[in-house]
Amino acid sequence: MDRRAFLKITGTGLGAGALYQVGAAAGVDPRRLALVDLLGRQNGERVTPFSFVQLSDTHVGFQGPPDPLGTKAFEQAVAAVNALPEQPELVLFTGDLTHDSEQEGESLARMKRFQAIASGLKVKNLKFVPGEHDAGLDGGRLYRSVFGPSHYSFDHRGVHFVALDNVSQGRPVVGPEQLAWLRTDLARFAVSAPIVVFTHRPLFDLKPEWEWYTGDGDEVMNLLAPYQNVTILYGHIHRQHEFQSGHARHLAARSLIFAFQDPARTDEKKPYPFDPGAPFRNLGIRRLDLAVQGQRPVLQVDDVELSSREFAGTVGIQQILKGVQSL
Amino acid sequence: MKPGKLALTLAALACAWLPGRAQETPKVIPITARRFEYSPKEVRLKKGETVTLVLQSMDVTHGLLCRPLKLDLDIPPGQETRVTVTPAQAGEFTAICNHFCGAGHGNMKMKFIVE
Repeated sequence: MDRRAFLKITGTGLGAGALYQVGAAAGVDPRRLALVDLLGRQNGERVTPFSFVQLSDTHVGFQGPPDPLGTKAFEQAVAAVNALPEQPELVLFTGDLTHDSEQEGESLARMKRFQAIASGLKVKNLKFVPGEHDAGLDGGRLYRSVFGPSHYSFDHRGVHFVALDNVSQGRPVVGPEQLAWLRTDLARFAVSAPIVVFTHRPLFDLKPEWEWYTGDGDEVMNLLAPYQNVTILYGHIHRQHEFQSGHARHLAARSLIFAFQDPARTDEKKPYPFDPGAPFRNLGIRRLDLAVQGQRPVLQVDDVELSSREFAGTVGIQQILKGVQSL
Repeated sequence: MKPGKLALTLAALACAWLPGRAQETPKVIPITARRFEYSPKEVRLKKGETVTLVLQSMDVTHGLLCRPLKLDLDIPPGQETRVTVTPAQAGEFTAICNHFCGAGHGNMKMKFIVE
């Protein structure tokens, strides 16, 4: 049996985050059915269809030339998710929920502002990991006091989700304690178990000179290497990216504040300039659907750009821009 | 003294008196880190020549990452961080702060030019 084909991930372009679908591919095969049952017993839950969304890098509190609109893209993303015909069961936030501040009380105020906007989502099952702007200056103490543990795992409809923190130590590392925890956490799963890891920084060397890497990412990937259905969702780079290593597929979501330019085209790390005519260009959501086609789960990935006409809200944005320019 | 031992002794003495022996001590290059810049912003090195970088932070913990020179350091304040470097290849290499240090962290970088 081709166990690698057991869980498939597919994607299409949509702009403001990511929607993932988890399910089973076409073709009823008794051996695959047996595998679904086996997974169900091993995971404690059988894989059943559901969808979830990834939102990333909302940077609440940021105000600057690449995005004079502050939280407008985040608010637009909440509206876009709420407008989905089929509501997701989970929303994963992959870090940099807030932009750092050293003004007393301001970081907490920004985290509360983030929570206020996120609470507008119809779906209430929200999961978070920190980014360096949330947790890099104080070792993650304030973040944990507001959002809870910065690494953890949970199971949802037969899929094992792992939240990893690669920012709280200041450096881009996961660290030996978390690695030991991950080893124990994964031990109970069969190699065919569907696993979704979500974290902030890429777990591979995407662009180390732009700090797009995790120093001990290889050690994380070594622990995940035996597993044949691994999807890693991350943020940090403020742009879409896809990379395959072994059985693992790494997917970066768009940001909800501003987009960085393509590192293959420029040596200097810089955001795209703000375009008042297309204020949400390159910002977006990722939607994921776990479907069951026949008896085979399939994770479908839709990248949703906020600049899509139905999400852009251009008229309202032009009014806001006039207000910003008149300040 | 046996001839073999005599030869070894003479060789040791000759090494001790070789002119330029003091140059075996690597050149020291001080680098200061403060939010959100290094000083100097550019350091020139020679391929194959060992130098000692002496790094000091003037405020918070910074980092220094430069993969081509095999540098990956934390620079805590209140102490000197020393590292020896022998560049194996010529070129211009960007080094970044890889310990999050605040709002301007993403642009904190310097350059090593190896000739």
